[in-house]
Amino acid sequence: MSSPRAIEVLPEVAGPGPDRGTGRTKQVRRRSQRSPLASLALHGTLALATFIALFPVAWVLLSSFKPASEIRSSQIQLIADPSLDNYRQVLFHTNFPSWFLNSVIVAAFTMVIGISMSALAGYAMSRFNFPGRRGLMWVFLLTQMFPVAILIVPIYTIMAKLGLIDTKASLVIAYCTVAVPFCAWMLRGYFDTIPKELDEAAALDGLGPFRTFWRVVLPLARPGLAVTAFYTFLTAWGEVAYAIAFMQTDDHYTLGAGLQQFVPQFQPRWELLTAGAVLITIPAGLVFFIAQKHLVAGLTAGGTKG
Amino acid sequence: MSVTDVTPEPTAPPEPGTRRTRRERGRLRRSFDRHWYAWAMVLPTVAVLGLLVLFPLVQGVYQSFTNLNESNQRSEICTKVLGGAETCTPNPHAAKFVGLDNYIDVLSGHRGQFWLQFSNTLVWTVSCVVLHFAIGLGLAVMLNRNMRGRAFYRVALIVPWAVPAFVAAFAWRFLFDQQFGLINAVLPHLGLDPVEWYANRWTSLFTAITTNVWLGVPFMMVALLGGLQAIPGELYEAAEIDGATPWQRFVNITLPGLRPVSSTVILLGTIWTFNMFPIIYFVTRGQPAGQTEILVTGAFRAAFEGVRNYSLAATYGVLILSMLTLYAGIYRRVLAKQGEVF
Repeated sequence: MSSPRAIEVLPEVAGPGPDRGTGRTKQVRRRSQRSPLASLALHGTLALATFIALFPVAWVLLSSFKPASEIRSSQIQLIADPSLDNYRQVLFHTNFPSWFLNSVIVAAFTMVIGISMSALAGYAMSRFNFPGRRGLMWVFLLTQMFPVAILIVPIYTIMAKLGLIDTKASLVIAYCTVAVPFCAWMLRGYFDTIPKELDEAAALDGLGPFRTFWRVVLPLARPGLAVTAFYTFLTAWGEVAYAIAFMQTDDHYTLGAGLQQFVPQFQPRWELLTAGAVLITIPAGLVFFIAQKHLVAGLTAGGTKG
Repeated sequence: MSVTDVTPEPTAPPEPGTRRTRRERGRLRRSFDRHWYAWAMVLPTVAVLGLLVLFPLVQGVYQSFTNLNESNQRSEICTKVLGGAETCTPNPHAAKFVGLDNYIDVLSGHRGQFWLQFSNTLVWTVSCVVLHFAIGLGLAVMLNRNMRGRAFYRVALIVPWAVPAFVAAFAWRFLFDQQFGLINAVLPHLGLDPVEWYANRWTSLFTAITTNVWLGVPFMMVALLGGLQAIPGELYEAAEIDGATPWQRFVNITLPGLRPVSSTVILLGTIWTFNMFPIIYFVTRGQPAGQTEILVTGAFRAAFEGVRNYSLAATYGVLILSMLTLYAGIYRRVLAKQGEVF
């Protein structure tokens, strides 16, 4: 069902990534060629795009400092009676801290299991041409295609039989269905960038394949491991479908399911929601920007955003 | 560990293992001696996948042929009698095998709103992916030029990607809020009436598409920028010397040069968008009256809202998976025809 080259195209995507953004592009377009008008249009368009990209974030941030009455007023004001009351309310009078903790625990476990389970598999797929390798690669790609819709019901019924519904374990297990193949796929890409000569040298020194992996390749793949770990963490952190379906008591919710409590159909508490959204986005954003430089390299070879 | 323990995984090319001749066994033995460590390395992952993906998948397919729901999921009914003992009798209404009934009901529109949700899914997926790609490509081309402030633009434009999807969904729902939302507050200043976004199917879908476009453009932009930087600059120089206009350069060098990247991101983007759960679920919430559900959210609501209809949701799941597999297959064929190996 696949062509062997199918997989080989992807690393090209990962080629000279955007992390060279600060370097000069190879295209020779002398600056002097651009008329002032073209320059203005270029910067104008990019400035507009930047504004659209940043504005919703900024607006939520600004709104989070406003009292509820101001959010409900029809006047548009950027700043009105700024205070930290909403944050105080969210942190001390709702279950937000426990949601936050639940999300962190679930995401951390998913990340650790995903990485540790799949590092070896990624290495094997990168280095050895064993029977079944290509089929396995396709299975990993296909699992990225699975809609939540097809696995959520059977996994739910299995969890219910095991009595795990409404526990964090059920979420970790569910997330591993996506995280394990995803990590294996990403890590294979990173191991591919490590020269094979190193393995050969290690083999000459009498290291077996497992020790070569552990002593030689794994230390070199650290950046790749970190990025994959970050991304797995963020994916699990932002997942909502399983989280809403599996968690049933208010203090067991993760962030996605919890935030929903703030904005029911009638009388939504936007002031709480905005504060909560800011508190969630800051750590997630920091993690993302640490990882993003190296992210796209592996990402185009499969991913799970959503 | 004997040879038979390490049968090739189900994904392996089918070994003619039915007729085990001596020579065959010798070949397996040799292959095992050479590859045992590779198989040992992938074994844990394969085991997890088998347990967590393959087994539920088979079960899900089976469930779609039953009439399983919340009320008939018990196979036994147990009643406590005096003295604390329990007597259990088989449940007369237990879920049973119903063959293709679910599929017939769903596809004929007898139960659920499959075709409405299907058309929503098409509109949603096509418009999101087209906009993602077009805007992402435009921004990538602009960012690929030398200019002041490029690093700043690049970082600022990635910000939406750093926002978790469900947070972005709530943020845009807040902006589009009919009573207190900023967008309805701004419209009168532009001489327009405030819009009841969630009272009409198309305006409601529009809000969801806007949210998803905002969220998804950065990924496309970054991926395509990586592709642009991999195109050799000499090509552009040669074209310039030959007197090609910028537009000709774009069509004849940039687009073909981006093809490996764009074919990958379009395939992935389509699949992601098709399965994008949180945006629809939190932004439109199916309003008005379930008219903006896509297949994935429709399946979810069938499974977990009201009387939980597991079998209906499983049927949806199988249909969605078949569609996506079909799409990926056709997509690969088309690319292969164009001489593109994906």
